[in-house]
Amino acid sequence: MKKVLAFIDVVDGQPGEIGYELLDFARQAAPEAELVAVGAGPQAALEGLAGADRALWTVADGYRPDLVGEVLTAAIVAEQPDLVLVGSTAVGMDAGTYAAAKSGYASIAYVRSLEPLDGSLAAQSVILGGKMVARVAVPDRTVLQVLAGAGSAERGRVPGRPAQVGTLAEPAAKASFEGFGRPEAQDVDITRHDVLVSVGRGIGDASNIELAEELAEALGGVVSSSRPVVDAGWLPKARQVGKSGNKVKPKVYLALGISGAPEHLEGMRDAACIIAVNTDPAAPIFEVAHYGVVDDVLDFIPALTESLRVRQG
Amino acid sequence: MPTGTDLPVAQRAVFEGFQHSWLVPLFYVLATVALIIFFYGVYRRVGRYRAGKRATLVRGWPRRIARSLMEVLTSRRIGRRDRYTGVAHAFIFWAFGFLFLGTTTIFLDHDVLGLVAPSLEFWKGAFFLGFSVVMDVSAALFIIGLVMMAVRRAFFSTFRLSYRRVDGKQQDRSAYEREDWWFLGQLLLIGVTGLLLEAFRLIHDHPWFQGYSPVGLAVAKGFEALGMTAPSAGEAHFVTWWVHAFLALTFIAYIPYAKSVHMLASWANAAARDEKAAVVLPTQETGAQTIPLTPIAANLTWKQLLAVDACTKCGRCHEVCPARTSGAPLSPRDLVLDLREFLGGRRGTAAAAQGTLSAAATALRDDGSPLISADVLWSCTTCRACIEVCPVGIEHVPLIVGMRQTLVEEGEMDQNLAQALMNLGRKGNSFGQSERARAKWAEQAGVPIKDARTEHCEYLWFVGDFASYDPRAQRVSQSVARVLHHLGVDFGILFESERNAGNDARRIGEEGLFESLAEKNMKALSQASFDRIFTTDPHSYNTLKNEYPAYGLECEVLHYTQLLQRLAAEGKMQIVAPQDITVTYHDPCYLGRYNRVFDAPRELIRLTGATLLEMPRNREESFCCGAGGGRIFTGDSLYGEKPAESRIREAAGLHGIESFVVACPKDMAMYTDAAKTAGYEQQIAVEDVIFLIERALGIGAKTPEEVNA
Amino acid sequence: MRIAVVMKLVPDVVEELVLSEDGKRLERGDIALKANEFDEQALEQALLLKESSGAELTVIAAETGDVDEMLYTALAKGADRALKLVGDGLQDGIWNAQYAGILVDVIADVGADAVLTGVQANDDLDGQLATWLAAGLGWSFATVVSGVEAAGESLIAKKEFAGGLTANLRLPLPAVLGIQASPEPPRYAPISRVRQIMKTQSLEEREVTAPAGSITVLSLRPPEKTGGAEMIEGDVQAKAARIAEVLAQQGI
Ligand SMILES: Cc1cc2nc3c(=O)[nH]c(=O)nc-3n(C[C@H](O)[C@H](O)[C@H](O)COP(=O)(O)OP(=O)(O)OC[C@H]3O[C@@H](n4cnc5c(N)ncnc54)[C@H](O)[C@@H]3O)c2cc1C
Ligand code: SF4
Ligand code: SF4
Repeated sequence: MKKVLAFIDVVDGQPGEIGYELLDFARQAAPEAELVAVGAGPQAALEGLAGADRALWTVADGYRPDLVGEVLTAAIVAEQPDLVLVGSTAVGMDAGTYAAAKSGYASIAYVRSLEPLDGSLAAQSVILGGKMVARVAVPDRTVLQVLAGAGSAERGRVPGRPAQVGTLAEPAAKASFEGFGRPEAQDVDITRHDVLVSVGRGIGDASNIELAEELAEALGGVVSSSRPVVDAGWLPKARQVGKSGNKVKPKVYLALGISGAPEHLEGMRDAACIIAVNTDPAAPIFEVAHYGVVDDVLDFIPALTESLRVRQG
Repeated sequence: MPTGTDLPVAQRAVFEGFQHSWLVPLFYVLATVALIIFFYGVYRRVGRYRAGKRATLVRGWPRRIARSLMEVLTSRRIGRRDRYTGVAHAFIFWAFGFLFLGTTTIFLDHDVLGLVAPSLEFWKGAFFLGFSVVMDVSAALFIIGLVMMAVRRAFFSTFRLSYRRVDGKQQDRSAYEREDWWFLGQLLLIGVTGLLLEAFRLIHDHPWFQGYSPVGLAVAKGFEALGMTAPSAGEAHFVTWWVHAFLALTFIAYIPYAKSVHMLASWANAAARDEKAAVVLPTQETGAQTIPLTPIAANLTWKQLLAVDACTKCGRCHEVCPARTSGAPLSPRDLVLDLREFLGGRRGTAAAAQGTLSAAATALRDDGSPLISADVLWSCTTCRACIEVCPVGIEHVPLIVGMRQTLVEEGEMDQNLAQALMNLGRKGNSFGQSERARAKWAEQAGVPIKDARTEHCEYLWFVGDFASYDPRAQRVSQSVARVLHHLGVDFGILFESERNAGNDARRIGEEGLFESLAEKNMKALSQASFDRIFTTDPHSYNTLKNEYPAYGLECEVLHYTQLLQRLAAEGKMQIVAPQDITVTYHDPCYLGRYNRVFDAPRELIRLTGATLLEMPRNREESFCCGAGGGRIFTGDSLYGEKPAESRIREAAGLHGIESFVVACPKDMAMYTDAAKTAGYEQQIAVEDVIFLIERALGIGAKTPEEVNA
Repeated sequence: MRIAVVMKLVPDVVEELVLSEDGKRLERGDIALKANEFDEQALEQALLLKESSGAELTVIAAETGDVDEMLYTALAKGADRALKLVGDGLQDGIWNAQYAGILVDVIADVGADAVLTGVQANDDLDGQLATWLAAGLGWSFATVVSGVEAAGESLIAKKEFAGGLTANLRLPLPAVLGIQASPEPPRYAPISRVRQIMKTQSLEEREVTAPAGSITVLSLRPPEKTGGAEMIEGDVQAKAARIAEVLAQQGI
């Protein structure tokens, strides 16, 4: 394997974590290959990509789906890489398959890891709602959509810019960009968030909700809850998870002081990763959780928030 | 004073003291006018009912009429929850009846017989004397009854008499109050003037039989004490007579136009009443209808149009409705009154039914909003409490379900409810779980369970959704299986061939889904071999027992408490570990009010040795947990307080309750949650009656604490 | 505007997923299939567009299983036409690249100037259909869209990014949209209406041939069993640190 392209997500001028993860993922999978970062955004977004050998960059602002698709297509056509990595993100979904189709590459989605296969590679893809893992042969000249968490952003992020930065002319785009919208604080839609910090009666008191808010902020998620917390008026109805509230499917669901009544489980059991914290080791929530902590939420929440802050520096 | 034998024949002239001969014909002219107005009103009312759809009545008219007569004559349905009102109403009703009959008697005697066969006139002699007593006492009771009603209205701030709306709509309803008072007031005046008439006449004549009018005589004595003389009494009598006549005639004339129409409509409605209302919902063939949210006469059946007229605004349904009690925007009374007000105008006429009114006149209300809002309709738990209490036999639930059909048709529903319906359609269960997982609970039951599809069994157990999929209710099912096995009952289940029975789907208003579920279940049942059916779930029980016969189900259907009660009666239940606990029991709506199964669960509880304390609202008056009619699937945003919590607090108010016993899988879910959220988790265990039985039979060792754990 | 909504059947993961003998695919005869839930969102979005701007709406699905009910339900909800694509080999399921290959011609014939489909499906191993189609048709496109409005010769689409950030995009017609969520949840179609439609309307059929697929699955298997929750031990700080690590592994 000689050359790998890694597509860097940039939204609103900000590079996403996934870009660094892809750089790390590429290094792990093909240590000897030349690694080229590709993307469209401001020059500043190149900062931290020094882990790549080179970069091919289009200076662009705003966001246009066909622009990112065409940028990646152009880079593929120009570079003829063996492997192209994009993230399984809102940006990667615009760029990856589109560029594969345009440039005659194969496309494999939802990849969580790569493994050697007779001198070539096989991808492990998580499909069918996480119920199956497919091993797929990776032919030469393939675009992989890689799941978040497959690489380590920490390792992938190297201060500085790539040694060499080439420029890709901004391709023509049909779509036009009319501005970003930011969610209003009041109308949080918990069904659309990747991280939910969910509190139950174990939180004890309305004033402790703030602890959960802080944790959610540190995680880039929002606070949701079981029904009694809503009934008590500690959180608005829109935050309720469960049978008579919202069905949610986040990437991470933290169940803090929630017992795991059937009506609650009905709303969240499909979350990709469930972390439960409860003082009662026999609480039914542990039956559906992936990770369990037996502890007092009032001690645990601040400790976790602290821990995250330390990690993020 | 003359004695016995030589008394003159007791009798008096009808138009006594009428000096001017033209006054007599004048009275007849007025009376005729009043009757014409009266009959015209009746004619208009009937015309409105005729503008409605046809509806077939269940057979048995003689029985129906007899029943309604009994109900009306005894004021039974009125007095059932409210002695005071029952007594007052009975006074007014009976007295009015006698006084009315009395007047009619005089009419017959004087105006009919007097003209054609004077020799037959009977309003004299012994008959006259008896008549006097009855009329006199009636007048007194009439006045007492009316005063009792007035006192209640004025001084007891009875909640049910408040016309405040609960759905936040602004409406000035003071006209209702004025009408009520007018009704009372006019009747009272008629009564009082009648009594005065009698008194004045006695003062004037002092006939030898005056003792046969004791009350009148007492009043007369009073006036005499105040100095009234015979001549002045004669004058007063003349004036009072006309006032009395005028009041009575106007009353008759306006009967079909105002609140008093209930005097006619309620009889008719009580006769037309369907004892199985809501228990068996009407199908297309029996006059089922999708009712628009803003209906015109043509959208309702004549029966429903009659029913909305029959409402006396008594507010009983308003008082007991769990939706109303919990702060939801539904009041069954207001639903009926809204319909009545709306249909009272042009929308209730034959022209509307024939479509000759302009669309604008019939369609929407002035502000474009539907008459009955979606929130109002989705608030109903179909608990049937309103139908149970309504003294005039109004059937609210079929109306609500008819309108819900419109909502379903338009897709106007809570997202959770839509999801449940989709799950029911696709998977046959509301949980959206795999059909194949339906009988998973059976693996942990610890006893073998037959497959009724391949083996004959005496009892086919129709398990139901909650009892199959809800983890708490699964333990109930497992316990039922163990107990029946222990008692040697030959039973089997349909495994993944069973579908939700469709009781809720139908009451949500998704008739097509109900039909499709019923057809699938009937297919599975027809392929199985069994003698009888029993169910764990009262909702399934209701529809299997009452609605599936229309789809061809012909066998006996029992609730498991009934089955166990039978076994107990046969002496098969050997209690080895009497349960020394104090419990209360919650009647599930679909078992109790719907199907009158009140005693089986209670007998079983007593059999286990437990002490049963009744909650204030028990049996027919049981208070809904809030889960019925599809409400368990909808978000709970329409409700302020949860009915189940109110119920748990009611139980907690009893002394020393250890267990809150239920006999419905949905109740297990509702009350475990409610006990927790109302803060009684540590105090009261929520358990199914089967757990008590299993312990008492010595098969399971579960104590209430273990059950709660 | 003429809108085509492309739907597909996907394995119902609530039911048991039965593997074929060779362990490389699901045994289609033994698993349950259902409409891709994102396609249902796309359909709802299209119905809303139809209601707001009078578009004509054709629903298309390849017969990779029993699609009749799905198509009839779409008609019951308000679609104008339903087109079933039939052909050899479809019953075994097709990859999105193949589906897109078939659809390019079909969409031209339908005369659609907007194609709405689900942003993803639980089985799109070879990438998402919307972008396969956009590349094949050469149209403007956007994926992860949660709201579309008609604006003359273009569509205004709201695209969502992580954390609730959105971008407003003007896409000139013709355009392909991968719908994440409709502004309104998918409407409920009463069973009686679906039955009625089945009696009174019929599905249009069209014979198609799928091009060859481009990926090779070596094996399919359930993920390693985690066997209940992994319980984290230690003092509060240690537990918090471990959970922070887990979160990092999840890419948070
Ligand atoms: C029809 C119906 C619909 C329903 N819909 C919903 C719904 O949509 N959503 C929903 O959530 N519920 C719903 N419920 C309610 C449900 O049954 C439960 O009552 C509810 O989920 C319990 O919430 P909880 O876990 O927060 O409270 P509990 O069950 O009281 O659990 C609190 C947990 O916190 C633990 N705890 C206590 N203190 C601490 C501490 N200091 N640190 C750590 N842990 C602690 C306890 O051990 C316990 O496990 C519904 C119920 C019904 C009947
Ligand atoms: S059935 Fe029950 S909830 Fe519905 S209106 Fe009547 S009393 Fe109220
Ligand atoms: S509907 Fe029946 S119970 Fe309700 S107010 Fe009218 S008469 Fe009374």
